[in-house]
Amino acid sequence: MMMRSTANFGIGTSAATALFSLAMLAGCKHQAPANTALKPTAQGTAIVESSGGHQVGVTGTVLKDPVVVQVNDDKGNAISGALVEFHGTAGVSFDPSAVLTDSSGQATTAVTLGDTSGRFHISAVTPGNAKPVSLDIVETALDYQERVGAILTDKYCSRCHDPESSPQRVSNYDNLEVKPHQFTDGNTLNKMSDADLTSIILHGGPALNRSALMPPYGNTLNASDVKALIAYTRAVSDPLYQPPGTVYERK
Amino acid sequence: MRSIGKYLSSAWRALFGDPVRAFGFVSVILLLILAIAPAKEHFSQWHSYQRKYLGLIRDRGDAVSLRRRMQPGIHQIWLPELGVVDRCTTCHLGLKEASLSDVTQQPFRKHPVIPHPVDAFGCVICHGGQGPATTVAEAHHSERAGEEPILPMRYIESGCGQCHQNALTGTPQLNLGRTMLTRYGCVHCHAITRPDGSKVEATDHPPSLAHVADKSTREWLFSWLKDPQAYAASTTMPNFKLSDADASDISAYLVKSSTPQAGDTVAAATKPAAAADAAAGPSLYGESFCASCHAVQNAAGNLVGGDVGPELTRIGNKAKPEWLAAWLQNPRVYDATTPMPRYRFTPQQVATLVAFLQAKSDSDYGSGVHLDAATPQQIAHGRKLIVELGCAACHEINGVQKPENFAPDLSSIGSKPLAQIVFLPGMEHSLPSYISAKIRQPRAFGSSVKMPQFTLSASQTDALTTALLAQTARSRSMPDGLRVAEIPETNFQPAGHAGKLITELACLSCHRFNGRGGDMAPDLTWEGSSVQRQWLTAFLHNPNTLRPSLIRRMPRFNLSDSDNAELTDYILTVYQSPAIDADLAPTTTPDVVEHGRQLFYSKYACQSCHIVDTKTDKGYIGPTLTQVGSRLTPAWTYAWLKNPQALRPGVAEPNQNMSDEDARALTDFLMSLKAPGGRGAK
Repeated sequence: MMMRSTANFGIGTSAATALFSLAMLAGCKHQAPANTALKPTAQGTAIVESSGGHQVGVTGTVLKDPVVVQVNDDKGNAISGALVEFHGTAGVSFDPSAVLTDSSGQATTAVTLGDTSGRFHISAVTPGNAKPVSLDIVETALDYQERVGAILTDKYCSRCHDPESSPQRVSNYDNLEVKPHQFTDGNTLNKMSDADLTSIILHGGPALNRSALMPPYGNTLNASDVKALIAYTRAVSDPLYQPPGTVYERK
Repeated sequence: MRSIGKYLSSAWRALFGDPVRAFGFVSVILLLILAIAPAKEHFSQWHSYQRKYLGLIRDRGDAVSLRRRMQPGIHQIWLPELGVVDRCTTCHLGLKEASLSDVTQQPFRKHPVIPHPVDAFGCVICHGGQGPATTVAEAHHSERAGEEPILPMRYIESGCGQCHQNALTGTPQLNLGRTMLTRYGCVHCHAITRPDGSKVEATDHPPSLAHVADKSTREWLFSWLKDPQAYAASTTMPNFKLSDADASDISAYLVKSSTPQAGDTVAAATKPAAAADAAAGPSLYGESFCASCHAVQNAAGNLVGGDVGPELTRIGNKAKPEWLAAWLQNPRVYDATTPMPRYRFTPQQVATLVAFLQAKSDSDYGSGVHLDAATPQQIAHGRKLIVELGCAACHEINGVQKPENFAPDLSSIGSKPLAQIVFLPGMEHSLPSYISAKIRQPRAFGSSVKMPQFTLSASQTDALTTALLAQTARSRSMPDGLRVAEIPETNFQPAGHAGKLITELACLSCHRFNGRGGDMAPDLTWEGSSVQRQWLTAFLHNPNTLRPSLIRRMPRFNLSDSDNAELTDYILTVYQSPAIDADLAPTTTPDVVEHGRQLFYSKYACQSCHIVDTKTDKGYIGPTLTQVGSRLTPAWTYAWLKNPQALRPGVAEPNQNMSDEDARALTDFLMSLKAPGGRGAK
């Protein structure tokens, strides 16, 4: 399936295909159409994130929360009426892609993620006094399997593995003598192979000589559930998980 | 003219004058004609993609095996049962190649992992588009009659919904959309039939307006009709964009047609007997756990509370105090099928709650509304509007019949031909964009459109669109064996006097019994096997907290002793699991109990989720077990330890595959944990 953002290149001709591949290879900055209707009344010199960064969404869908950025002046005061443009890696789209900051200096946009899973980099740019200032925001898109993992995580894992409490869910993290690893803890989890993670999920902590506070889920989850859980931890891990290199076929 | 003729005849002579030359020329022509077909194939789009794919894999580590698996020529997946002929894999060559996971260039990307193999299910079933086409334009973007362009990724779950009528774990968006079709009452006006012939039934509870004048004033009705979200942001009632005159006329008819209901309002004379205790209001509201079902907007503008019942932020503006008092005493007088339980409040408690709720009002709300008494013509006009707008499709209204087939049937909306759709200027010509635009702004499609304006978030609109797109002709025409049926709610209804009590207390609003009921509280289908009589009696009298991490709580219903005994008897007798051996008696010897304790703390580390000793344990997920020996039966505890999911499907506690001995020892330990001060408690 072609990316929707590039559909206007006129798919069907080889020229478009060449353009398309070029664009993909260059990590195409999706240029927001110049919005002539927006007349900025002020300019800021700094741009900061208010909310909406580091969300985990689903490929091709709108992120749950909008991305909100704030434009400030040198002294950190909010500037209203400043122009903010949003750009992103290929496939990301914004509604709206250019907006003036409101009375509290904030610009809000709804973000639709691209069709491939992985990290999407978004930049919010405001034309500063001398040169444009920009802010980078990272969002994560999950594919089907990773999202099944996210749903299972929410049901079985988050109460202990996520130290954050929410109104719907009180975290059990602080109550545990041995602290579980957060699924975003790439420094630890990236060193563990898929086989290690599978053993721990199936047989509990003692399988790898770790704490028995982690119970075995081998009789509760099936094989595809476990694969989904691992895919999810790999997808949200920070720093990014690098899969082992290509396995060469034996001759 | 003559010169052209001369030129042609000389050309003819030059080419065919000599038989040898003529033969040579004809041969060349023939060769050229013969070359057309191979050339066309060589320059075809799919061929160029296949060449490009070979270029892409050439330098990869596993090039040899990738090339071996790549078959030149047109590929085809044929699924006769579904009428699918898919040639997509002709160009999408990397779909099944796990090692191409780093390739982002289309059409060579690897397909994300899904439960269905491409070979067995094809592509267009989920993605839409034209499977037999071999050019990108025809396969992806066709808008010709009877054809559909490819489905945008954001609605991809609609593909799952064609076969899966049940709620899948991996399709939250589709599940939400399907819930919304019933929760937002779409199916009151739009009939939707599932492929198996069953109708989608609404699960919202639009109040009857037959006695609405007992409950609210005409002024409130007017303000509500003008903008329901201004009264309660969370309401599912849509905005009909009525003019002041129309809203006034409709409110006049509703008040005029409303009949008083006996017992609907508590006579003013009884009021002084029960004085409101202003200080006790908030705590009574809290103790009764009204917030488990009703939400109230807090100072920060966030809704706090459940969504089973209506939002109560401005209830004082809406409900008359007399009506509220009668409602709190017995909601089933006004509305026989309400999910609200009948609390056994004392008159004093009722008065306290009424005063507390009446204070939840906004003096600005509806303050500018002054309605003159309506003329008979205006009332008649109000009725006409009610009929035209289909109010009675959702609400019971005196003097207006519930309309049948009020709005278009949406059973096959996902296959609506594009040719039948009138698109708005500037709109993308595709079914998803039409459906979502129709949901977002129905009135944009013309002033004669009756569909009201719903207040939905972007993700809700997408979910609803996804659910509607799943209603395809293919879903209806495929063999029944290929569909996964929805698990319908049973019509379980507890019988007898106890059954009446269960209905009155609306237990099924939160608990599930035998496949019917809510999901807010534990499934009680086998509750009789699970708990001990003394505990159940005490719990029904005054429910204490079992699961500290949950925010929703069982309210106290102030049951009389006889009602309590009746309910306890019924639950213990009827809700028995045949799989549980009720005669299991725990061993109480200290060494066995100690062995169980060791297993609890070391081998199974149950303290990560459960508390048995409040001094040392902190586990906060499962129920607190300090007194479990006087709550659960030994047989249930043993069966639970052996396999929790068998007793309560979907429960988060993992099945630890315990040996019989370990389960016995743990049961013995847990059964030794009695009430405070009792044996075994620390």
